[in-house]
Amino acid sequence: MTTTEAPSALSFECETGNYHTFCPISCVAWLYQKIEDSFFLVIGTKTCGYFLQNAMGVMIFAEPRYAMAELEEGDISAQLNDYAELKRLCTQIKRDRNPSVIVWIGTCTTEIIKMDLEGLAPKLEAEIGIPIVVARANGLDYAFTQGEDTVLAAMAARCPEAATSEADQQERTNAIQRLLQFGKSPAAEQQPASSKHPPLILFGSVPDPVATQLTIELAKQGITVSGWLPAKRYTELPVIAEGSYAIGLNPFLSRTATTLMRRRKCKVIGAPFPIGPDGSRAWIEKICSVLEIEPQGLAEREAQVWDSIEDYRQLVEGKQVFFMGDNLWEISLARFLVRCGMRCPEIGIPYLDRRYLGAELAMLEATCQSMGVPLPRLVEKPDNYNQLQRIEALQPDLVITGMAHANPLEARGISTKWSVEFTFAQIHGFGNARAILELVTRPLRRNLALGTLGGSQWVSEAVTSR
Amino acid sequence: MKLAYWMYAGPAHIGTLRISSSFRNVHAIMHAPLGDDYFNVMRSMLERERNFTPVTTSIVDRNVLARGSQEKVIDNILRKDVEERPDLIVLTPTCTSSILQEDLQNFVERAKESAQCDVLLADVNHYRVNELQAADRTLEQIVRFYLDRAQRQGTLSNQRTEQPSVNILGMTTLGFHNRHDTTELQRLMADLGITVNAVIPAGASVEELQHLPRAWFNLVPYREVGLLTAQYLKETFDQPMVAIAPMGITATADCIRQIQQVLNQQGAAVDFEPFIDRQTRFASEAAWFSHSIDCQNLTGKRAVVFGDNTHAAAFTKILSREMGIHVVLAGTYCKHDADWFEAEVAGHCDRVLISDDHTVIADAIAELEPAAIFGTQMERHVGKRLNIPCGVIAAPVHIQNFPVGYRPFVGYEGANQIVDLVYNSFTLGMEDHLLEIFGGHDTKEVLTKTVSADSDLDWKPDGLTELNRIPGFVRGKVKRNTEKYAREQGLTAITAEVLYAAKEALGA
Repeated sequence: MTTTEAPSALSFECETGNYHTFCPISCVAWLYQKIEDSFFLVIGTKTCGYFLQNAMGVMIFAEPRYAMAELEEGDISAQLNDYAELKRLCTQIKRDRNPSVIVWIGTCTTEIIKMDLEGLAPKLEAEIGIPIVVARANGLDYAFTQGEDTVLAAMAARCPEAATSEADQQERTNAIQRLLQFGKSPAAEQQPASSKHPPLILFGSVPDPVATQLTIELAKQGITVSGWLPAKRYTELPVIAEGSYAIGLNPFLSRTATTLMRRRKCKVIGAPFPIGPDGSRAWIEKICSVLEIEPQGLAEREAQVWDSIEDYRQLVEGKQVFFMGDNLWEISLARFLVRCGMRCPEIGIPYLDRRYLGAELAMLEATCQSMGVPLPRLVEKPDNYNQLQRIEALQPDLVITGMAHANPLEARGISTKWSVEFTFAQIHGFGNARAILELVTRPLRRNLALGTLGGSQWVSEAVTSR
Repeated sequence: MKLAYWMYAGPAHIGTLRISSSFRNVHAIMHAPLGDDYFNVMRSMLERERNFTPVTTSIVDRNVLARGSQEKVIDNILRKDVEERPDLIVLTPTCTSSILQEDLQNFVERAKESAQCDVLLADVNHYRVNELQAADRTLEQIVRFYLDRAQRQGTLSNQRTEQPSVNILGMTTLGFHNRHDTTELQRLMADLGITVNAVIPAGASVEELQHLPRAWFNLVPYREVGLLTAQYLKETFDQPMVAIAPMGITATADCIRQIQQVLNQQGAAVDFEPFIDRQTRFASEAAWFSHSIDCQNLTGKRAVVFGDNTHAAAFTKILSREMGIHVVLAGTYCKHDADWFEAEVAGHCDRVLISDDHTVIADAIAELEPAAIFGTQMERHVGKRLNIPCGVIAAPVHIQNFPVGYRPFVGYEGANQIVDLVYNSFTLGMEDHLLEIFGGHDTKEVLTKTVSADSDLDWKPDGLTELNRIPGFVRGKVKRNTEKYAREQGLTAITAEVLYAAKEALGA
């Protein structure tokens, strides 16, 4: 066991990468719901299907707009023709569901047998008349939420450079107007979004209520959101013109950011993510500073949110939280929780893009210093076995981890919170800070409620010692 | 390629992992990409397992694709050997390793040289076998490995026990009610005066395997897992097997009679008939229940049965010959063993359906409109859509199918449980039907008002849109709170902005 001393600057380590996380194909679960006219076709094996079926739980029974193209032995040994097979399935999807876009999710198997999805897609697209977007969201290269990144990076290429026609312009504007029509006279609604600043695109999939809240928040500063990647419908993908500004909502979108910069010539604003009142304020301030707008009332807004979550904040104050790492939300969450008064000895994270996360890392460091707590060690590609040894030594008050370890840790008297819930809950913006603490404090509140019901050790002695 | 939304049996490696993690102190190492260890989540969640699932992954990433696994797999085996001190490590191939075609056997041979523990490569091919077949094979493989070795080393105990004894084969982790069935079978054996020599693999250690030949016979309660092992033990040690699932009163009696025969052939001179008679008439409620007046109402009711071979066949026969229910369709997703199923249910149903395509089953159910369905979780959801009640009788299952209370499906207590399950499914259906005929419950007053009615406040379209996004069961509360907030603030129009301001103000 290594003893952990407090480092004076953020320390970055890299372990073996032997950790538990969801396969990135899980992104279809939230993306098919977000993009209402899409159909996601995962080209893989029974293993992929089994994962999706079990991970998505009841969603699977709601006739989801996703399916497996399950590869059989004939596909692997190239006895069957990939193009003909995909055409057959996509034609069937077109007939049964008539989507506006089919997203092909490439998997480990398509990588290994080198199925040329990017090459097949344009041909088939021309033949069946439905756009086909290819995203290689596989477990060879990516973890969990990075699946969304691969899909959005592929979508970024499909965003129009300019409104192609008057009607198209009207449709796209209307889509945004629907989000912006609050509190304005009908006359104001008629006018196209005429803002004083260059166009601003927000990228990252968030639930529609969160999109509305963030739009309102920016509108208070006189900032107009020109478009969202992704939008509610594939047909409403935003116009991305050269020189537009773009800002990410989620910390795992580095490929999308890179694509927007390099391929679409956008200026990507680097800011902390709008997690917690501190992050939300920093996020808006950064946008304002780039767009040369004087932010209004943000300090009051932040203070007011802190007041409203004071009861939960007191519950976590002084407690220690350990992130095992599996969904790339870890740094933003840790930064917010440190600001809430928690200590955080270790942040595990699957992958750390120090450029895309630069502002967030700087804010984490500044937050730790201003709160007077030791800087956490950042462990990229963690090794779960080693982490369990460190958890045993540290005995943290809360471990944020995947479901594979949650019950065994609880049985050993360590409180846990299932990390995946942060991916599916509404956590962005001022208004949802409470939702984050709701999740974080739930095991603590549960422990208070249960009191001393039978103690905290639930494994027999013989097994504990292993 | 096949367009698929749902599968009944999982991929092969799940079967291997179910076997290895059922044993005590056996560790599995999957040769797989990141994210394929979802088995650990299922075991931890569904079984509410207190211990870490002894499965790790030797991760296949880009480097492995480029250069091969090289020392990685061996290093991982040796590392687990030191960290966990298992008796056996099972290297488990996945769909990925099936196509990479690395020489995993070679890794195993090399790891064996330095490892303290035994190392095996699970002999399963992703593209040829499913979860159930793989489980059956892996169990046989492990048993054969340890018996072969015991034979070579002369440590094999093949002297039969003095008193009649049994090995119960095929009880696994994540098996449908396996835990409860194990307890029930142990009780049944105790009642019959039969010693349980071993239960394999659940809770067993690999060291126990060399004592397997001591039992007088093997009991294989499930068709899907354990049969290969029992056949191997029969061929090698002349150990007879009883492969009748004791599910339902009649099948339990059949099973016990066959056990009697097997024991008497070895000179036991037992007569279980008085036991069967006493249990059937008085100890178990199931047979009496079938004769009671309530069960008359079930006569001729139409049911559809679908599941794995064991449970679907057993239920078809229970419904038809023990409860007088008309089984219009019986089906299984065990396509690899379809002949057995057809023979089992012959004469007990109108139609047999062999398919692993859930839409085919759903269509058949919609067409037949049975009064009740007995199937998997998928059929339960089909039933929900069609308003037909469903009792869940087979995997795939959800967490509610891993009950904490005692719910065996086998033996005499199992028969009681099954009767309750069947009866409750039908009465619920009947109640529903009567409610419909008589116009529902007595509800004169509509309790919830519609969203936009009766409000002095002006809900703007965007406010309404946001309100409608809020889940139905809390929408009323959110609406009231928002209006209260608007009145307090002196606002007359409610927009999305007001709604969210109210939400924040109330800290909800």
